[in-house]
This record gives sequence, structure tokens and C-alpha cells, in this order.
Amino acid sequence: MDKKDLELVRGVIKTNRRLDVIFAAAGFLALMIGVLAFITLFAQMIATGWERLNPEFFTSFPSRRAANAGILSAWVGSLSVMTVTAISAIPVGIAAGVYLEEYAPRNLLTDLIEINVSNLAGVPSIVYGLLALGVFVYAFGFGQSILSAGLTLGLLILPVVIVSTREALRAIPVHIREGAYGVGATRWQVVRDHLVPYSTPGIMTGVIIGMSRAIGETAPIITIGALTFIAFLPPTPITGEAPYINFDWLWSGFTVMPIQMFNWTSRPEEAFQQNAAAAGFILVFMTLMMNAVAIWLRYRLRKSISW
Amino acid sequence: MRSMNKTIIASACFALLATAAHAQSMVKVDGSSTVFPVTEAVAEDFQKSTKGAVKVTVGISGTGGGFKKFCRGEIDVANASRPILKKEMDDCAKAGIKYYEMPVAFDALTVVVNPKSKITQLTVAQLKAMWEPGAQGKVATWNQIDPSFGDGKLKLFGPGSDSGTFDYFTEAVNGKSKASRGDYTASEDDNVLVQGVSRDVNALGYFGYAYYVENKNKLKAVAVVNSKGKAVLPSEQSVIDGSYNPLARPIFIYVNEKSLERAEIRQFVEFYMKNGAKLASEVKYVPLPAKAYTSNLEHVAKKKIGTVFGGEAEVGVTIEELIAREAKL
Repeated sequence: MDKKDLELVRGVIKTNRRLDVIFAAAGFLALMIGVLAFITLFAQMIATGWERLNPEFFTSFPSRRAANAGILSAWVGSLSVMTVTAISAIPVGIAAGVYLEEYAPRNLLTDLIEINVSNLAGVPSIVYGLLALGVFVYAFGFGQSILSAGLTLGLLILPVVIVSTREALRAIPVHIREGAYGVGATRWQVVRDHLVPYSTPGIMTGVIIGMSRAIGETAPIITIGALTFIAFLPPTPITGEAPYINFDWLWSGFTVMPIQMFNWTSRPEEAFQQNAAAAGFILVFMTLMMNAVAIWLRYRLRKSISW
Repeated sequence: MRSMNKTIIASACFALLATAAHAQSMVKVDGSSTVFPVTEAVAEDFQKSTKGAVKVTVGISGTGGGFKKFCRGEIDVANASRPILKKEMDDCAKAGIKYYEMPVAFDALTVVVNPKSKITQLTVAQLKAMWEPGAQGKVATWNQIDPSFGDGKLKLFGPGSDSGTFDYFTEAVNGKSKASRGDYTASEDDNVLVQGVSRDVNALGYFGYAYYVENKNKLKAVAVVNSKGKAVLPSEQSVIDGSYNPLARPIFIYVNEKSLERAEIRQFVEFYMKNGAKLASEVKYVPLPAKAYTSNLEHVAKKKIGTVFGGEAEVGVTIEELIAREAKL
């Protein structure tokens, strides 16, 4: 190779390296847009709301006086609604996902269902609210209750749970299935003893993504009739006398964190903006904690799986 | 796996154990976001005064949304920033729901400009020239309203078309509810409007009195020339004596007659009328004269049910006129 060719090759390498650097920079910039925007918002919320973040803020009901107002009914409401959402959406979603992936015959009908499930994940949440208003609130007579709201959000995240369950099942190496069938296991045994346990980390991810979306939802909750001022808590689920468990809380009226925040931001008094910022910080914190628990669980569960 | 079985069993238990909620001492209120701060204040203090024996809930689903629930019998009290309309009266009549109409406070729409602006007073005709649908794309500078206003670019701020404030302002100024030019900065969040006007010398906006009172250092209220030809600034005094017109309006609660038979609703309404004036001014609304509150309670005693408006939106009615009128369903 003479000197001229060598120059040429070096030139090409140089150009490519430069492109490499440019792309890395562009990628980094793209990443920073998201991260910095979030950090700025988060920092601003903390700066504005910091003063209000004291224990009373968590143990006080809403009030017309900004300094006395708190988020007790809002966070209890959010937590109760999320409990119903989790209990209703997770088993149904996983069962549907397992059925579609492992049991359902391949035909036009299942194809149609599959396409619809994927599309449902993109339906605007207010549509779920309208559906729930007709079905849960009026037709089933659940009223404007925690139960209605939890089921509504459960419907909302169902597609996400189904899709992630299927993705997780598909990621299991085929020899696990083959091996289990090979030693004579029935389909149910394969699902119960192998597929579901191995796919749990993946399913968990989907569930948490869904729950994180649900906790910040306002539109469907308002549609079904969440309250704005509520200064009492739902009845406690555990009572002192037999049968020790009480389900009256499901029928209680409620409010949730995003509604409380929205109400405060639209108040004329400046002091309520602090409350809104503080509540926003708590809401983000709740979402982050949910994600943290999911990551921890996933890590724990992955460790116990060995193929 | 065992945990999943548990979840399934738990879900089944929900279905079995779920029985209808026990009817507790509960007062259910829903409706307008404009009336909300007043009712919220009343609810807060009332619940405290009963030591939590009576529970009060207040929702925000808009005046129209509130009446829908009210005429289905889902709530006991409806918050309304305008009188009940013909269609809603029919709905209530169909469901056999009778009601008392009770004005509870004034909401004074305030026209504001930037503190640096030279504008101090405007006539309704001038406001109309700015806001009427025909002004869209045509009226763009202040000197088109009056040559003495200078050639600054007219920047308008106002609430969005879903708001009761918008309905009333357009009715009072343009003569027809919801008739407005569309090329202005609209926001459902009045704080956005406050920010907008406070940052632009040539801006003009309108919103509820409370937002002006809280932001007096950033805004200047414009005196509006009333029907007697006098320019009047909005204030508690001018709203109560009726000289600030036509931009002041009463706001209402509607109480289901059946619900009033329950002791807790009666107590709540009595508490509302006794403390309404004090609490309304505390949340920066203009309270009604004392006799308006007592006359509301007299209506209940004399069983004067129905509305005094006959299903029509009206502009510039004074509270004395309202009290004097005969109610009908």
C-alpha cells in the first residue's frame, strides 16, 4: 500500500470518528433535554413547596386557609384507589396475557383481539372515564366510590399489563417449555411452575409502568365524580370486632392527589401555589418509590431464577 | 403462586362482601367551581362545628354538571354560578325534584389592565367594541376604541368558553351569552390571565374579583361606567349597593326540598346562611346584605320553592329585586 492510499484510509477513518463524536454529542443532548427539564421542574417544586413539607401537611384535611391545608384525604384516596386498581388489574391482566400467549388458538378472532388490546393501550384516558361512568357508576350501581375509580384505572392499565405479560412470556427460552412438556407436564403445570415464575420480573415492570400512569390520572377520575373537598377518611378496613375486615371503604367518596393539586394551582391566593408544589413533590416521590420497589423486586426475583 | 391464589380469593371476597354503603349523616354538594371556595369554607367550618358527626363533600363538576346530578337526585345541594335554566328545570320536574334557590354571595367580574396603563375607566360600549365577535381580526390597537388611548397593540386575556365567567361577561357586554371574539389569550386558569396582564402594558383582561384582590400589586382595576352613567370601581361597597353594574352577579346554591327534611341538611343550610357573609368575604367574595340570607331561610319556612328567574339568564339584577320576586318551579 503506498502512502497515498494510506492517507485516504486515514481520512475515511477520521471522518467516521468525527461522525461518531457528533452522534454521541447529539445523543447526550437529547438525553439531557429530558433529564434537565425534569430536574428543573422537580427542583422548582421542591424550592416552592419546601416550607409546606412538614408532618401536618400529611395529616391535615383540605382547608380554605393555605397554611392549614393538607393532603390527608388526597394521599389516602390515591392509595386506596391504587389498591383496588392493583387487585383488579394484575390478576386479570396476567391471566389474559397467559391465555393469549399459551392457550389461544391462532385464528382471525384472536388476531383481532390482539390488535385491539395493543390499540387500547393508546386510548385517551377520558374515554375510560366515560365508559366507567356508564358501566360502574350507573349500570353496576357502584356510585362515585373508591371501587368505581379503582376499577376504572384498572381497565386503563389492563392493556399494559397484558402486553407486558406476553412480552415476558416470549422472552423465556423455548427449551424451558419443551423440557417441561417433555417430562409430561400439562399446559397448566408448565404455566404455573415455569412460565409465570420466570416471567414475573417482566410482568412486574409492566404493572409498575401501568400503576405509575394510573396514579397521575385526573381526567377519568373526575368524569366518574371524584370530590374536591372531602374532610374525612374512608372507613378503616380493619375493625376491632369480628369479622375484623370491613369493606365499607370501597363505597366511600374520595379525592386523589392530582385533583387536589389542580384545585390548589387554580386558587387566587399565592400561598396555595406552595401547597400545590409540595403536593406535586409528594406525587412524584410516590411514583419514584413505586418504581424503586419494582426494581428491587425484579432484582430479587431475577436472582432466584437459574436456567 | 400461593400469593396469586390469595389475590383471586380476595377479589372474590370483594364481590361477596360488597354491600351498599350505609346511609350516614352526609351532605353532598357538587357544581360550579366559582361557588366552590365559599361552599368549601362553609363545609370546613360546619363539619368542625358538628365534631365530624356530619360529613360534607364538595365536588367541582361545573354549574351544568352539578345541575345534572342534582336533577337525578344524586346530590343534596348544587353550587351554581348562574340561575337554573329552562332545560334543567324540566329535568328536575321530570324527576320530581323540587328545590329552594338561595343566593349566597356576589361574584364581581373585574376588568383589569397593567398598572402602567393609562386606562382608568371604560364604558360597556367600549368593552363591547373590544370583545364582540365582529371585532375579531379588525380591532387590534387601543386607538380603535378611543383615539386618546394611544396606538398600543390591544392584548386581550379572558377565561375559556367553558367557564361561567365567560358566559356572564359575554351576556353582559356583548348582549349574547358565549358570543365573543376568539382571537384572545384564553385560559381556564385565572392565574395565567393574571400573569399575562401583569407583564404587558397594553393588556386587558377580565376574571373574578378574588383574583384581582389577591393580585392588587400587579394589576389595576378599570372602573366600568354603569347604567346611570357613573364610572364605578369594583369593591365590596359598590357591589352591595348595586352601583357596580352590570358586571356583578349573584351566585347560588340550590337545595333539594326532600333532602331538607333530613336534620343534617337543614343544619348545614342554616349554618351556611348564618356564616355565609363572613366566610364569603374571607375567601375574597362579596357577601350579600344580611337580609338576603335571612330571606333564604324564610323561603324554607314558608315553603317558597322554585326559581325567581324562570329559566332565563339575566344581567344586572340587584339583590333587592331578587328578594322581592315570587319564586316558581
